[in-house]
Amino acid sequence: MRDTPLSNCERDFLLKAIQEKKRLDGRQTYDYRSIKISFGTDYGCCFVDLGKTRIMAQVSCELITPKENRPNEGLIFFNIELSPMASPAFEMGRQSELLVKLNRQLERCLRNSKCIDTESLCVVSGEKVWQIRVDVHLLNHDGNLMDAASIAAIAALCHFRRPDVGIQGEEVTVYSTEERDPIPLSIYHMPICVSFSFFQQGTYLLVDPCEREERVMDGLLMIAMNKHREICSIQSSGGIMLLKDQVLRCSKIASVKVSEITELINKALENDKKARKTGGKFGFAESLPQERITALKTDVSHVEMSDVKEKANEIVQRAEVPPQTVPSPVLTAPGTGQVGEGLENSWGLKEEEEEEEEDETVELKMELEEGHEEKGRGDVVVISDSDSEEEDVVILNQVTTKEKASSSNQQGAVASKQQQKKKGQ
Amino acid sequence: MAGLELLSDQGYRLDGRKAAELRKVQARMGVFAQADGSAYIEQGNTKALAVVYGPHEVRGSRSKTLHDRAVINCQYSMATFSTAERKRRPHGDRKSTEMSLHLKQTFEAAVLTNLYPRSQIDIYVKILQSDGGNYSACVNAATLAVVDAGIPMRDYVCACTAGFVDETPLADLCHAEESGGGTSLALALLPRGGHIALLQMDARLHQDHLETLMEAAMTACKGVSKVLDEVVRQHLQEVSALTGE
Repeated sequence: MRDTPLSNCERDFLLKAIQEKKRLDGRQTYDYRSIKISFGTDYGCCFVDLGKTRIMAQVSCELITPKENRPNEGLIFFNIELSPMASPAFEMGRQSELLVKLNRQLERCLRNSKCIDTESLCVVSGEKVWQIRVDVHLLNHDGNLMDAASIAAIAALCHFRRPDVGIQGEEVTVYSTEERDPIPLSIYHMPICVSFSFFQQGTYLLVDPCEREERVMDGLLMIAMNKHREICSIQSSGGIMLLKDQVLRCSKIASVKVSEITELINKALENDKKARKTGGKFGFAESLPQERITALKTDVSHVEMSDVKEKANEIVQRAEVPPQTVPSPVLTAPGTGQVGEGLENSWGLKEEEEEEEEDETVELKMELEEGHEEKGRGDVVVISDSDSEEEDVVILNQVTTKEKASSSNQQGAVASKQQQKKKGQ
Repeated sequence: MAGLELLSDQGYRLDGRKAAELRKVQARMGVFAQADGSAYIEQGNTKALAVVYGPHEVRGSRSKTLHDRAVINCQYSMATFSTAERKRRPHGDRKSTEMSLHLKQTFEAAVLTNLYPRSQIDIYVKILQSDGGNYSACVNAATLAVVDAGIPMRDYVCACTAGFVDETPLADLCHAEESGGGTSLALALLPRGGHIALLQMDARLHQDHLETLMEAAMTACKGVSKVLDEVVRQHLQEVSALTGE
């Protein structure tokens, strides 16, 4: 299944945010996501969570005949698998470029740096040696697969115990776990990969890109180091042009990150050892994060609270002053009567005097009356020839231009004034 | 290999070179008539052949077409007789795929691909004899072939390897020095701007030595670029003399 392509507006948004030194999940440029390392029930099984990227590594061993040109060295074999479980873009069985790249990088990082003593894996020189096989499976893809894979592989190798072997003359006996305690591998140092992603032709740099950031990056620089500040491998990929001081700066950042991560791995190994000794719970089931609402344990999430007060003050000050008083919320519509309000009725039954009075009361009620309303009232000339309602001609001033020359009498004029007031409101 | 002295006390290496000396580089362009561009390079005992076809229409899957630039397709292979022992190398094994990816990445950075949208440029490289510095020889040969094909590039892409023995950086490693287990750094450089198109390093090196090593590799690349420039100019003179211009 093909991966959904990234839309242009999403790409622009990410690039713009990176220009302003902001990341999607609120991290700083050189921050890693939270790393969780847990071990399975068997020796040599390790799960690593780098943010949402989840990787599992399993180490196993078997006895084989060694290579001819290296008769007393054991073999180590690495294998990374990208299962479709991790991302819809991965297809089972096809060797994509990404897969080859990851495999080769892991091999170069761990094998060429000689982190494991291969000579200690020799049982009978030239005939039987141990072959250690590291299988790394990607369970969820959220960016930065290389770092997570290297952490998982090295943690699994540190955790692994191989069966003990006894040699008596020509006979070789492999003791099972019940007969004799298994022996850990001899590991010289722990190389950890740190990935740097470059944006905008190398102007901006981010450590530990998440999946979205990986899609818009120009290129990647991977540096593998151990805590003794020895660089085990450097690899640049993607079509970017680097400068020498960029590479040197990245190596300095990498040394800091690697020492932190190595600490974390050692702590996790110790915790696991303690848990096994005391008989506590360990294994895959315990390592699953509880994310349901009914769970009692959740992760501490950090909320940025430092400048909330200032921001709130700013917002309050910039807001407009609300209006002081609210006029009567009653809106008079023509032809309707307000029960109990005592407003003017427009049935045309009252005499003029009462109308005058009511005019004044109406005025008092409406506080938002403007000056020209009074003037308008004064300019109203009513020519009433007869008492009939329909034939009165009302001449109004141009101020109240919205009025039609209504053929109603003064009451109609007042009503229309009220109409206009309503329109003015 | 124990007992093999990579750097003697007088400062001489296994083949008699000094620490910063490059191997002898000989190159020819326009080796094949059929291809759009071709080149052959010898760096010491390492011999590489590069052939370029393009830019042409995208063959194979149409879905690879990019609307705004050319696709670069690289393929790296080693002849079975190239190493000391004859080894049958299956196509598409991990090491050659990785090399092809690296070559592709290097040339995508250097070639002006946005001049040829919706087209494809093929670069095929073959190692005829391998004596260390395979990747560098490939890159140098491919640069000459691309120049021979007339495809515009930002600058020459020159590559060289460098190693570190006894606190001294060595330039242009041979096979014995590479496989001795010491550090080896491969660098592809665009010399004029000092831009690094590809950086690859294996085996342990202390962080403080990284700068010296990179400096040595960059100087070596600049030396190679001078040689390549000479070769191109000479080839141009020959061709123009033959066509009577």
